Amino acid sequence: MIMSTYQPIIGLEIHVELNTAAKMFCQCPANYFGKKPNTQTCPVCLGLPGALPVPNRKAIYYAQLIGKALNCRLNQSSKFDRKHYFYPDLPKGYQISQYDEPLCSEGKIEFYGCHTEHLIRRVHIEEDTGKLLHEEEVTLIDFNRSGVPLVEIVTEPDFHSAEEVKMFLEQLQILIRDLEVSDADMEKGSMRLESNISMGSQKSGGKLPDYKVEVKNINSFRFVKQAIEYEIKRQIDLLQKGGSPRQETRGFEEKKGITYSQRTKEEAHDYRYFPEPDIPPIEFDNAHEKKIEELLHARSTFEMRRSLLMQKYKISNQNALIIASDKKKFQFFERCVLVADSRLIARIANIMVNKPHMVKNTAPAAFVKTLTAISEQKHVEGEELVSHIEKILEANEKAVNDYKRGKQNAIMFLVGLVMRELKGQADAQIIRKKIEEKL
Amino acid sequence: MNIVGTSGIELIRLLQTKKMSSSELQEFFLKRIKKYDNQFNAYVTTVEEKKNVSNGQPLFGLPIAIKDNFCTKGVRTTASSKVLNDFIPPYDATVVTKLKKAGCILLGKTNMDAWAHGSSTETSDFGVTKNPHDLTRVPGGSSGGSAAAVCAYLAPLAIGSETAGSIRQPAAWCGLVGLKPTYGRVSRYGVIAMGSSLDCPGSITRTVSDAALLLGILAGHDPYDATSEIISVPDYLSCLKNKEPLTIGVSDEYFDNVQPEVSAKVQEALDVFRKHGHRIKKIKLISPKYAISVYTIIQRAEVSSNLARYDGIRYGNGREYLGQEAKRRIMLGTYTLSHGYYDAYYKKAEIVREVIRADFKRVYKDVDVIIAPTTPMTALKIGEWEKYPFFGEMMDILNEPGAIAGLPAINIPVGLDSNHLPIGMQIIGRHFDEETIVRLAHQYEEETDFFGVTKQILKKYQD
Repeated sequence: MIMSTYQPIIGLEIHVELNTAAKMFCQCPANYFGKKPNTQTCPVCLGLPGALPVPNRKAIYYAQLIGKALNCRLNQSSKFDRKHYFYPDLPKGYQISQYDEPLCSEGKIEFYGCHTEHLIRRVHIEEDTGKLLHEEEVTLIDFNRSGVPLVEIVTEPDFHSAEEVKMFLEQLQILIRDLEVSDADMEKGSMRLESNISMGSQKSGGKLPDYKVEVKNINSFRFVKQAIEYEIKRQIDLLQKGGSPRQETRGFEEKKGITYSQRTKEEAHDYRYFPEPDIPPIEFDNAHEKKIEELLHARSTFEMRRSLLMQKYKISNQNALIIASDKKKFQFFERCVLVADSRLIARIANIMVNKPHMVKNTAPAAFVKTLTAISEQKHVEGEELVSHIEKILEANEKAVNDYKRGKQNAIMFLVGLVMRELKGQADAQIIRKKIEEKL
Repeated sequence: MNIVGTSGIELIRLLQTKKMSSSELQEFFLKRIKKYDNQFNAYVTTVEEKKNVSNGQPLFGLPIAIKDNFCTKGVRTTASSKVLNDFIPPYDATVVTKLKKAGCILLGKTNMDAWAHGSSTETSDFGVTKNPHDLTRVPGGSSGGSAAAVCAYLAPLAIGSETAGSIRQPAAWCGLVGLKPTYGRVSRYGVIAMGSSLDCPGSITRTVSDAALLLGILAGHDPYDATSEIISVPDYLSCLKNKEPLTIGVSDEYFDNVQPEVSAKVQEALDVFRKHGHRIKKIKLISPKYAISVYTIIQRAEVSSNLARYDGIRYGNGREYLGQEAKRRIMLGTYTLSHGYYDAYYKKAEIVREVIRADFKRVYKDVDVIIAPTTPMTALKIGEWEKYPFFGEMMDILNEPGAIAGLPAINIPVGLDSNHLPIGMQIIGRHFDEETIVRLAHQYEEETDFFGVTKQILKKYQD
């Protein structure tokens, strides 16, 4: 009832921490997880006087890789900007991010099972902040995370339910992991979700309402649905009572399963973005884009693998799903295809899915060799096969008669004899069919 | 042996030939600092610790003064602000690393306008520096401490930094050679940032050869500074021998509102160049007055951002220690970057900046260098700045267009005015063409010996 009047409109901002060896703008190790506080720092990520950022190329490539996988346009020129706000975990008083010239723009992706295409507004790169540790009397700051490369993926506001968001996120996590650029673990904070939620009414014809509520602190897949559903219900309740939701930022309280107001529009930041003067704008040429494409093909995503299996190799949907879901399986399949006769491809997929024990601990080439041997053994057919069958039938009159009298077992005896004669190099089913025809 | 006034290159020769040891030389300067610096207040911090250096290093044992906005590992670095009163950096600026590697010995850190905000050292939280030519006057700034120290020979040479004028202007007012290289020629890593798109480390020396020597050590790409360019570094010392005739551009716009005495001396200097076969060509550049707004907007915006880190949480004192000038700049910069104002100010300034760049580019098709007065007037009295709103911008008006365009420039003394105050002239070059401005300045020095401006002053500060 309610849903017919109001339609949730949800846009996502997803942060993914990259697994590069070094941080975004200095040489400190990016892997801070479980490290002693403030041991992975230097003048740059501590924001000491005079320190300057030098961008990590690999992190830039990784962000472009994600953008490419989401079918974004890789912008030929891009730049970094300073985003100013004051917080103790932000040592420079600004975060180096990207404002109006992100690395990647305007992508779209239809994940398997999502049943709809989702639009990606942009993919850009920025640096992570330090971490506040609240103790009883004091708050401590750990800067090990400061400067770790973060990719921000911003979608268009085209999600309409919590379920949709959850499915998208799950598929996105698979994609990020496939690309090997992050472990994208929500519990560890290497993948974080901020969702902008508002209610559109049918009357307005899908137009965006003049407010949005940003919900933060959703730190687990478990809570994605819960948080968004709570927020949708809260807004609908408010609207039905004749109220209107405020533009605000809300946090999610895991224990109670509710969202709570953190900051309203009046307290909203003016980030005073301006181009980061310490980093010259970056230009990318076509050769660079080609390199990113090659890297993407080398690492591949589930969607890419699935469509390759179905379109290039004509593998059935069911088999393609299973093989594509596991990158190792897919690589095994591709290596098999390299050495196998094209007529064997469907069978390779079949065996991999239905008789996985046959491929276990086997090298692709060895597997194909075995398979080829088996299939080559079955080449006795047609005229030749018929003549062999006739020979056997003539020599075994008793069994033939038994069969004709209705003794069904007799036919298996005859099939066995033919198979022995042919040293197994024929298809038992075909032999049986031929014998039946003869008799 | 009286070595007062001896250039850096000559001192290195004395050290290499063991006429004196590096620690004796260091002691010599420390003694002079003790004796004279209470008059000038050129240094914020001096370093007494002796260092071992080895013969064979290019700057073997040469003592040097460094402006207090360069981070020096283990040596207090304040940028002349009480915010950093007790800040001891855990790392060296790239310039400092290079100097140490070359065998330099750090004499101390020189006074400056706090955060380099100013053109007189009067905004320093550690007191004003006085001009050795006239103790009632300022040495200029922001690298005023470096200029005063070299002028009175409390250091044979010094490192300064310029955003727009902070090397050239104090060099002009103290009668010295001030070299501001091309933006991106010398690494900014470890230099406390003022206007990041403009900041440029450079030198203040007594001779052009010393400037060439230092530039050879400091120039080059630094992996720690993404804005430092990967461009080969020529041998600046051997360039000095080149006497080929050049085309020198002179633009009337750079003589507007310039004191007649200053203009006259610059014209005389042009005659010297004419005499040596160089061609003087009249050019028309965009009036430098437009550079003031562009510079002010961009620099303030960058300042407001760069000073955001001084929150007193991790190091230094809190924001309540910021001085008036820093607060003014933060407010103006914050305003121009604010939502709704960015397009009207910062963005527009960037557009005009491009216009000014293009203007220089056009002119450099026809000329090799541009010559102009460095400052519209000679050194002002202490406190006089209060008479001038945007004092710094007015004093640096002739330096700002080149700074905005990132061009290299060198100040050389061309004489004294009727108050016996030095007059400076600048030679502005093409991007990354420090060679040409340095060799032209050197030719002038050979010809005129700067009319004794750098030497005569030392009669006052002899022993």
